[in-house]
Amino acid sequence: MLAALKRYWKIIRRPSAHFSLGFLTIGGFIGGIVFWGGFNTAMEFTNTEPFCTGCHSHETFLYPELKQTIHFTNRSGVRAKCSDCHVPHEWTVKIARKIQASKEVWAHLFGSIDTEEKFHARRLLLAQREWARFKANDSLECRNCHNYDSMDFTRQSVRAQTMHSTYLSSKEKTCIDCHQGIAHRLPYIPPGESPTDTPGQAVPKGGSHSFVPPAGLDAEVAALLRR
Amino acid sequence: MRPLLAALLALAAALAWAEPMVDAMRGPTPILEATQPPRLSNSVNDDNRMPRNFALQPPVIPHRVDGYQIDRNFNKCLDCHARGKTEVSLAVPVSATHYMNREGKVLAQVSTRRYFCMQCHVAQEPAKPLVGNSFKPGGK
Repeated sequence: MLAALKRYWKIIRRPSAHFSLGFLTIGGFIGGIVFWGGFNTAMEFTNTEPFCTGCHSHETFLYPELKQTIHFTNRSGVRAKCSDCHVPHEWTVKIARKIQASKEVWAHLFGSIDTEEKFHARRLLLAQREWARFKANDSLECRNCHNYDSMDFTRQSVRAQTMHSTYLSSKEKTCIDCHQGIAHRLPYIPPGESPTDTPGQAVPKGGSHSFVPPAGLDAEVAALLRR
Repeated sequence: MRPLLAALLALAAALAWAEPMVDAMRGPTPILEATQPPRLSNSVNDDNRMPRNFALQPPVIPHRVDGYQIDRNFNKCLDCHARGKTEVSLAVPVSATHYMNREGKVLAQVSTRRYFCMQCHVAQEPAKPLVGNSFKPGGK
């Protein structure tokens, strides 16, 4: 092991016998540009809508939910796509998130949310991870567009003014504390587990996904009932 | 004379038949044609509580409720209006009657029969009514 390392170290240290200094510097420079550009282009591709909706679960369960919200279509035509909220914009943190996301590739390959049942069963957990991430970075991905300093409270509704001037300005709460589920539909949140730390809504016992449609029911009808 | 009368009658019948049917509520557009749909307006969003028009009227909603999720997983209205939340949200708390089942027993959460808020409480459009209304509440 150590001998092999020593051998490679020697190869790296030895001056080049065949290539000119000019070739190595200019070639290295061009190669660097190609590698860096290619790397960033490939990474940017994983931030696009076609990539996010390229897998079954995201196309069928998640994308239609986003389409109904104001972050998808609105009067001014500015769209927040998946990565605008789920991937940090700044490079270093983005790389950290992308490395973390390699585990999600694993989950995709092994189909951890590839059916509606599995998706609904995991949904709360997945949501809570995102809420925790937003709480930890003070809703950075919201603030990439919604800058507190640029907010004109006088253009907001009275209740929004009250909440923002009370809880947001004092930094007591962050965006996600109140604005969860704005681009998704929310799962059943057991009391005390919502981002606001106040009890969630109590729905009839049995949890959210205990309903099993009777066998022999038309698949479409069953899917509607389960919603 | 007779054939002329018959021809006139036939013409009148044909004209009457060809006259397009119109419904006064829809305006002058014939029934078989599509009307120009009215322009969408933004619903009232001023947070001013509107007085009830009669004693047991469910209060109307003085704010926008576009895209509010109300299903068995989550109720966006109760996210602010539930009695446990109004201290923080400063919203009008849901009436205590909504926490009772029909036997009058008080429950820990909103009764399922009162769960779908917008069955009774509705957001308001700043629209002029098509037809006038002279409703007077009894005892007022």
